[in-house]
Amino acid sequence: MNNSMKKLHASLLALLFSLLPTSVWADKIDLGATEQQATNWVAIGMFVVFVGFTLGITKWAASKTRSTADFYTAGGGITGFQNGLAIAGDYMSAASFLGISAMVFATGFDGLLYSIGFLVGWPIILFVIAERLRNLGKFTFADVASFRLARGPVRTMAAVSTLVVVSFYLIAQMVGAGQLIKLLFGLNYNIAVVVVGVLMVAYVMFGGMLATTWVQIIKAVMLLSGATFMAFMVLQAYNFSLEGMFSAAVDVYSDVHNTDGQKIMGPGSLISNPIDAISLGLALMFGTAGLPHILMRFFTVGNAKEARKSVFFATGFIGYFYLLTFIIGFGAILFVAQNPQYLDLTKMAETGKLELLGGGNMAAVHLSHALGGDWFLGFISAVAFATILAVVAGLTLSGASAVSHDLYANVIAHGRSTEKQEMRVSKYAVLALGLLAMMLGIVFEKQNVAFMVGLAFAVAASSNFPVLLLSMFWRGLTTRGAVIGGTMGLVSSVTLIGMTKAVWVDTLHISATAPIPYSNPALFSITIAFVCCWLFSFTDKSSRADAERKAFDAQFVRSMTGIGASGASDH
Amino acid sequence: MNDSMDAKQVQAFLNHPDFQTLIRQKSRLSWSLAAVQLAIYCGFITFVALFPEVMHQSLFGGVITVGMPLGVAVILSAFILCGIYVWYANRYFDEMTRQVVLKVQP
Repeated sequence: MNNSMKKLHASLLALLFSLLPTSVWADKIDLGATEQQATNWVAIGMFVVFVGFTLGITKWAASKTRSTADFYTAGGGITGFQNGLAIAGDYMSAASFLGISAMVFATGFDGLLYSIGFLVGWPIILFVIAERLRNLGKFTFADVASFRLARGPVRTMAAVSTLVVVSFYLIAQMVGAGQLIKLLFGLNYNIAVVVVGVLMVAYVMFGGMLATTWVQIIKAVMLLSGATFMAFMVLQAYNFSLEGMFSAAVDVYSDVHNTDGQKIMGPGSLISNPIDAISLGLALMFGTAGLPHILMRFFTVGNAKEARKSVFFATGFIGYFYLLTFIIGFGAILFVAQNPQYLDLTKMAETGKLELLGGGNMAAVHLSHALGGDWFLGFISAVAFATILAVVAGLTLSGASAVSHDLYANVIAHGRSTEKQEMRVSKYAVLALGLLAMMLGIVFEKQNVAFMVGLAFAVAASSNFPVLLLSMFWRGLTTRGAVIGGTMGLVSSVTLIGMTKAVWVDTLHISATAPIPYSNPALFSITIAFVCCWLFSFTDKSSRADAERKAFDAQFVRSMTGIGASGASDH
Repeated sequence: MNDSMDAKQVQAFLNHPDFQTLIRQKSRLSWSLAAVQLAIYCGFITFVALFPEVMHQSLFGGVITVGMPLGVAVILSAFILCGIYVWYANRYFDEMTRQVVLKVQP
């Protein structure tokens, strides 16, 4: 691969990686590369309408948010269908919409392969943990992990790893938001970061989980409708003949890339080593099942049955969305790649390659203009902004609940604080997280932060997930095992990611070669966490450990029947 | 109904044959579906890595390749497997759970 090709890849994948949990190609990322565009008033107008509407919802949600249960979990009153949309919304980020369609635009079939890895974790979550999680938990996943273990140490460990995950994720989102908004709206980077920060604090602080969920639902519906419209228009142009659409795309691709376009109809260079790909897939799966803001969604529904339905709908929406982005990527080949209006001709003259105005991630955005003109471009840009807002709101809420519910109410106040005090602490925590996110977003503007999402997923997979899974499935887990295992998972995942090429060489510039040859070491830190959980539980002969093992039966019966589950109404 | 269970009630559940049947059936379904999903994904990825040329073969003589419907099928399989689980759990497990709870805690 020559240099200019690498550069094309860099811009194509830049935003994708601001959200994707992998550092496989992190060496090709250059997030600081977006250029400020002309101010886009239609997009800003549509975004203002969206913000006005969601602030109205926040006001309504605020009037219904009285107790801690309302604040953390919308009182458990979200239906399975609504929650499915909200979960899908958490997953269908701006990065996956723009990034995966850009990847299809550049490589065709590989984009589809990539998105599949993100989907297959969901069924496993449904079959194995969704219902037990709902039956055992109340507000945070630490409720489940500490169900039969010592409250203080386990919750502290869970809260720390939650805050680590949330912080890294938030930084990546804020920087991505600033770059994207600079690109789409032509707004200054700092203004964009502050707008995102202020709005997310407003949603979460006043509207709690109810507002956060509805913002996510509205955004998911907007994104799915917009993407459906685009895919429909592309297919309609070819009389709904897939063969016709694909063969035209192959011809255009051959033309503009001066190569055999048929290659985009099958696998390229993405998956050449199955062990690497499967290890990444498993890390994605465990990471998803360990992300605090995703886990929290399972407590917003009334019972295990609704939790089950949530995942079913979420999987359907996410799968449908990936199919749409596949068609959209091909649509961009057809309607964008040959239109000089969307091409950076100066840059193309330099590199001799296909270059899009504003960078490779703009494929879907340019396609929206080609299909629906200025107004549809404005709509899609507003959707992209809304998407970031909705995701950061969910992250902030889960970070704040780790502080107020786990650290404050259960560890510091030993469960003796009042609801009012806990609510007050949670609001301060939201404010503090919001300020921190804005500050870090501005500090990290020029930094390559792509590895931070990989880090967030690795910590979630190596610290939260093993403790959560073992606490529900293994009688032998004790407090000592959970705390040491979770902590070792946290430390080893952060350390190992730090030693990958993406961080060690490309971000921190410590030396020319990385200490470890793997780009995705989560598999090792996951193993370390499980082994430590097992070893330090197994050798734990204390009387507390015996009591904890004995308490498994009661926990098991509750996890299967839902008796005593918080908010359970139908028993 | 009482919200918390004492040790005697927990034992009553664990010893009840209907509860044991429920647990057995539920685990069997969950773990088999999980295994099927993992096998589909890992099998697909391994196949792509080892035999990319098969994925590139034309399906009906046109530009659409064998890989396309297979990739789409993996996405559909995730949704269908979820559907099977939800259908089965809604139809059988919820009712079985309700019956067991009624029998143990009348």
